[in-house]
Amino acid sequence: MWGLKAYIKPYWKFVMLGPLFMLFEVFFDLLQPRLAAYIVNSGVVERDLSLIERVGCLMVGVALLSLVMGVGCNLFASRASQNFGADIREVLYKKIQTFSFENLDTLKTGSLITRITNDVVQVQNLLQMALQGLVRAPSLLIGSVVMALLMNLRLGLILLGTLIVLVVVLFGLIRFSFPLFSNVQAKLDAVNTRIQENLAGIRVVKAFVRNDYEKKQFKQVNSDYTRVSIRAARFIALNSPIVSLIMNACLVAILLYGGNLVWMNTVQVGDLVAFINYVTQVLSSLLMVSGLLMNVSQANVSAKRIHQVLTTTPKIENRMAESSSPILGQHIKFNHVDFTYNGSDELQDKVLKDITFEAYRGETIAIIGSTGSGKSTLVQLIPRLYDVTSGSIQIDGNDIREYSLLELRHSIGMVLQDAFLFSGSIRDNLSFGRLNATQAEIEEAAKMAQAHDFITRLPDGYETKIGQKGVNLSGGQKQRLSIARTLLIKPPILILDDSTSALDLGTERRLRNALKEVMEENMTFLIAQRISSVMEAQKIIVLEEGSIVGIGTHEMLLETCEVYQDIYRSQYGKREAYYGSTQSFSSK
Amino acid sequence: MAQHNPSHQSKNTAHFSQMGFNSGRGPRPGEIQHVRSKNAKGTLLRIWDYLKLQRRGLFIVVISTALISCLMLLGPYLIGKTIDNYIVPHHFHGLIRMGFILFGVYFLGALFTWIQQYVASSLSQNTVRDMRQDLFDKYQALPIRFFDQKTHGELMSRATNDIANVSNTLNQTVVQLISSLFILVGSVVMMLSLSLWMTLITILTVPTVALITKKVTKYTRQYFSEQQRHLGEVNGFVQENISGLRVIKTFGREAQSIEEFKEINEKLRLVGIKAQSLSGSMGPMMNTMRNLSFVVISVCGGVFAYHDLITIGIIVSFLNYSNQFSQPINQLANQYNLLQSAIAGAERVFEVLDQASETLEENKGVSLKEVKGEVIFDRVNFGYESDVPVLKNLSLHASPGQMIALVGPTGAGKTTIINLLSRFYDIQSGQIFIDGKDIYTLDKHFLRQQIGLVLQDAYVFSGTIRENIRYGRLAATDREVEEAARLANADAFISRLPNGYETQLNAEGSNLSQGQRQLLTIARAVLANPAILILDEATSSVDTRTELHIQEAMKTLMKGRTSFVIAHRLSTIQDADHILVINNGEVVEQGSHEALLLQGGFYATLYKHQLTQGNVS
Repeated sequence: MWGLKAYIKPYWKFVMLGPLFMLFEVFFDLLQPRLAAYIVNSGVVERDLSLIERVGCLMVGVALLSLVMGVGCNLFASRASQNFGADIREVLYKKIQTFSFENLDTLKTGSLITRITNDVVQVQNLLQMALQGLVRAPSLLIGSVVMALLMNLRLGLILLGTLIVLVVVLFGLIRFSFPLFSNVQAKLDAVNTRIQENLAGIRVVKAFVRNDYEKKQFKQVNSDYTRVSIRAARFIALNSPIVSLIMNACLVAILLYGGNLVWMNTVQVGDLVAFINYVTQVLSSLLMVSGLLMNVSQANVSAKRIHQVLTTTPKIENRMAESSSPILGQHIKFNHVDFTYNGSDELQDKVLKDITFEAYRGETIAIIGSTGSGKSTLVQLIPRLYDVTSGSIQIDGNDIREYSLLELRHSIGMVLQDAFLFSGSIRDNLSFGRLNATQAEIEEAAKMAQAHDFITRLPDGYETKIGQKGVNLSGGQKQRLSIARTLLIKPPILILDDSTSALDLGTERRLRNALKEVMEENMTFLIAQRISSVMEAQKIIVLEEGSIVGIGTHEMLLETCEVYQDIYRSQYGKREAYYGSTQSFSSK
Repeated sequence: MAQHNPSHQSKNTAHFSQMGFNSGRGPRPGEIQHVRSKNAKGTLLRIWDYLKLQRRGLFIVVISTALISCLMLLGPYLIGKTIDNYIVPHHFHGLIRMGFILFGVYFLGALFTWIQQYVASSLSQNTVRDMRQDLFDKYQALPIRFFDQKTHGELMSRATNDIANVSNTLNQTVVQLISSLFILVGSVVMMLSLSLWMTLITILTVPTVALITKKVTKYTRQYFSEQQRHLGEVNGFVQENISGLRVIKTFGREAQSIEEFKEINEKLRLVGIKAQSLSGSMGPMMNTMRNLSFVVISVCGGVFAYHDLITIGIIVSFLNYSNQFSQPINQLANQYNLLQSAIAGAERVFEVLDQASETLEENKGVSLKEVKGEVIFDRVNFGYESDVPVLKNLSLHASPGQMIALVGPTGAGKTTIINLLSRFYDIQSGQIFIDGKDIYTLDKHFLRQQIGLVLQDAYVFSGTIRENIRYGRLAATDREVEEAARLANADAFISRLPNGYETQLNAEGSNLSQGQRQLLTIARAVLANPAILILDEATSSVDTRTELHIQEAMKTLMKGRTSFVIAHRLSTIQDADHILVINNGEVVEQGSHEALLLQGGFYATLYKHQLTQGNVS
């Protein structure tokens, strides 16, 4: 939580005022038993009716003051916590926007989402709690003891002594229960994993007729979990009887000793009444504190997770250098490029090894290779979605790291493998890269991407809503929309990362024909699985385990490149291919 | 998935000790989820069926709860009596005696609290263990159709969240509910025995508090739900834009995205401050109500005592009772809601349990001595929904050891044929025979044991590689497992892993490549040694060269078995003995590769198309 204190700072006034008001509320609440004692002592015992009335009015007044203070505290605490939460949310969101693909790989999208949603709510609630409950409970506790000590030192000391014993006992219990509960968690995970797997693999289970086996296995983990959690729960069951027994023993002691003091006239009966109330107050605030501490430890985990995001440095540095000239995409050069995901220099970690090639405007560079050969990684280096580990990439003669990131990415249109669309209308999605695009431009791009026809067949055409609340599109339709989205920004460098895999053959052919003109005017990188998709490219790069094993035209490669021949055979079905290819497979 | 929060057990269980002026906050309004169940009574009865199994424990819990409540009520009474009868009149021996009695009462209270919680924890855990097991067993027994219609997440949540909900409720809410009722009634009785007027005054404050609470809650709830709505909007935005962050980055649109986020975040900020300010005021208000009732009792008690209508001890007792009396009332509403949501959870569990299981003719069905693998479909009709036919009058014949390929466009019904043969789904009319026996007369388990399945999604379980292969035949020796791996071409990559066969696979096998996982599932099928083999798009998710490698393994596997191969890439099935071209649920063409090409029909067009395009479709 301390890591986030900078975000509390702007609201320091609220953060100071909230607890201050709370202290007053507690003070007024603590006055009540004292005043009640006064009623008993001076009103009843010494028979003064008008005093009872006066004190009664005073008590009502004190209760109302306490209300004002409590509400005030809440107002300040709410202001502080909600502002704090909103600020953190914003800072997190901004931070995440600066993350590179590499950061996203390590932190995982799903986990980032939980952090910015759940975890922020957790710390926000924690602050609210810290300013209210966490002030209230301990100060009630301390206040009760102080009031008790002020009323009568000796009786108060009994209470103080008991409190110390209680705190020690409680800490001991919590300490012992901790390993028990982490064990419970581990067993619960085992139960959940088992269920999860059986749901996902139910076909396999059924096909192999392993139902009884799985039931037996589950019975094992289920009983294990039950056994461990019963043990933990039984231990925890000691908690509340022990605490209340100690506290009530204290009560009895105060009653006995207090009775004696009454007889010695050092204590009045009314004080005894107030004392009994302070004792119970101490107990209930103690229980409150332990409950709150549980919440604090939970929120602390959240705070740590948020802190981790905030302290992550974006892997791609934006130099913001003024580039000499705009990117025209005349020429691109890969110069001995190596890449590893974790930045290590180990050879076996290298996803790309010594990649060197050049390409010019008007050329189409196709990249082909097995899954995991590094095709996607290679093209993602161009818009600096990842940075090279060693070597360099130049566009138009300048190292890409010398351009501003924004300029670089605006000049490169990239269609990712996963055709992600946002909820909203089709038009919103298409104009994502160029908000001011006209209808004519949008339609032109959609026509080129072979999307116009199916769009116009949708109920609301370009205004059709997609996503959760709208129509569902097929994989092929999504791919075409994401291609159109990229075409609309008319980038000098176009990258298509296996982005036609869900299209049927006819559509793909039409798309390729439509793109011909664009491809001739610009530089296009094309990743594909099918030989037929790459055949016409000016340059085909054959990747194998991160290295270029062949580069050239289709005809050249068919002559010279063994891997390319393999791929060709695997797709055009010659029998001898079964034997030629087995060596290259099966390493990870 | 941490449903088991240790704090649950201890947080609200210290009734016995709370017998004075209480200063805890009331529940925050609006945070209670209002989930209503459909048939609460029926569901409760079914939970009762589970609880019944542990009648003795239940009996102990109820008895100790009742005892605890009585002892709790006795405490304030005795304190009042002590003050009146022994302290005020100066009665030393009596005071000592009362001290012992009081301590005895508290001691018994603590003891019974411990017993109650000790028994209740195993009671609830054992109950939900049985429920969880039943649910799991049910999942095992349900037909595939059920799983095709529900998401895993949904089914998962029933087995985890919903069950945890029931467990927590059994553990605390039920006990609390019972003790709340006891204390409510008991404290009224005790108060009446002390003073009628004081009782009336105390009870009068309760409806006032309840009324004000209700009014305020109603008012704050609308703000609260508005806050929830805005929070939902922000969360939705975050969900989508972080999932799509890669797209945002490739288009360099971070700045706009931040602006959009700011806008909705600011809205949430404003609404949040308002909602929290209002709903958070509930706590101080409840506190004030308690303070005021404290004042009323003190003052009225004082006045009554002044007139000698009551004693000082009675004031003390009433201050305690008023708290004991109002606390259950405040809690009852909360507990009722918790109970409701648990019942709704239990209902979702029972809903699954009530689904019809797959009928297994284990005792009725026949097992064959030896299966040669002849498969006949005779005029089979089937639809996943009864009025939407998927297979129409489909007939096919596979001789033992033949390789049958099923070809056709997506949705033609190829996988359906497989589903019917394994009896994952049941046919509507027609007959299916294996070795001349109608499969509906066969034992279902026996039937499935004869059929080996290799699917597109190569599913592996967490565990070692050895365990995963052994899944095919649990009794297999290590030697046999390794032999199967060798036959499946998996041996090479396994032996290159640092831990070899003992390599631990993580959930869903993400530390292996798709191709490697597929080889494992083939090894698994080899070990199972089925008479009939089904390969459903087994190589569709791997690249063409990996496919060749896997195909080699599949060839070994298919040797001597009747096999059904479904494939998109026609090159993979050219060697089939018999190719069935399925379209719209019907066999439109059949024959060998060469014959079909000569025929120049659907298959020939498809083949030519793929040949010119490369074989991926």
